Amino acid sequence: MPALTVYALRIALSCLGIGFTIGALMLGVRGVSASSEVLRLRPLHLELLLIGWTVQLAFGVAFWILPRRSGLGRGNERLAWGSLLLLNLGVLIVGLGGVLSASAGVLIAGRSAELLAGLAFAAHAWPRGRRYSLRKPSS
Amino acid sequence: MPLLSRWFIRTGLLYLLVALTSSLVQALMPSGTTIAWPTHLHLLVVGWLTQLIFGVAYWMFPRYQSGLGLRFERLGWICYGCLNLGLLLRVAAESGPESSWQAESFVASALLQLIAGWVFVVTTWPRVRGR
Repeated sequence: MPALTVYALRIALSCLGIGFTIGALMLGVRGVSASSEVLRLRPLHLELLLIGWTVQLAFGVAFWILPRRSGLGRGNERLAWGSLLLLNLGVLIVGLGGVLSASAGVLIAGRSAELLAGLAFAAHAWPRGRRYSLRKPSS
Repeated sequence: MPLLSRWFIRTGLLYLLVALTSSLVQALMPSGTTIAWPTHLHLLVVGWLTQLIFGVAYWMFPRYQSGLGLRFERLGWICYGCLNLGLLLRVAAESGPESSWQAESFVASALLQLIAGWVFVVTTWPRVRGR
């Protein structure tokens, strides 16, 4: 696996573990009469699992398995690295911002980072999504 | 495709059908007894999406380098069992009438899904590696 995929998948797995832990805490407090303060972690739970886990996993696997172009390898890898950085920045800002009841500006900044991550990854992956070229067998 | 992956993917497909059917029923009978929104969301995101990812990952990710394969495959079945039992307990507890076992079901469901999540993380981590 390329280095970017290793980073993306390991961060995604960490998001999965932490996200499931928060989810279990939130579900568990419904069963015991414990403080419902833990329910304030819901924005972080959602962000870690929906973006940090699933989207990041898709980015990592796509970077690994999408077709490579002859001579160009995986294309513009800087865009892919940038998307990974922006995606995780967005997850942290939106997730923690939601928990801490941050202002709308903070949430907008986080969502913007996630959008830019999506755009950067799309710009990286777009040229790699293409049909196979069938070569005529030489006679 | 390994047996474990087939079970994950086919069970995921069943959850997808159940979730979409419940959406349709909810649309047809808006005033009838419906499945709670969090339950519906978890059927789709945990039952379908996460389970599909788990199944494909157990199948497609690079093989273990050391002799962990067989031991971790057994753990994969524990992950499968805990995830599905946990999710079903949650669905039963949220959909049924309030009862004395509801609180215990939530706690048991939380623990089972927590175990499933971390078992997947621990068993997949060594397979995510550079060349």
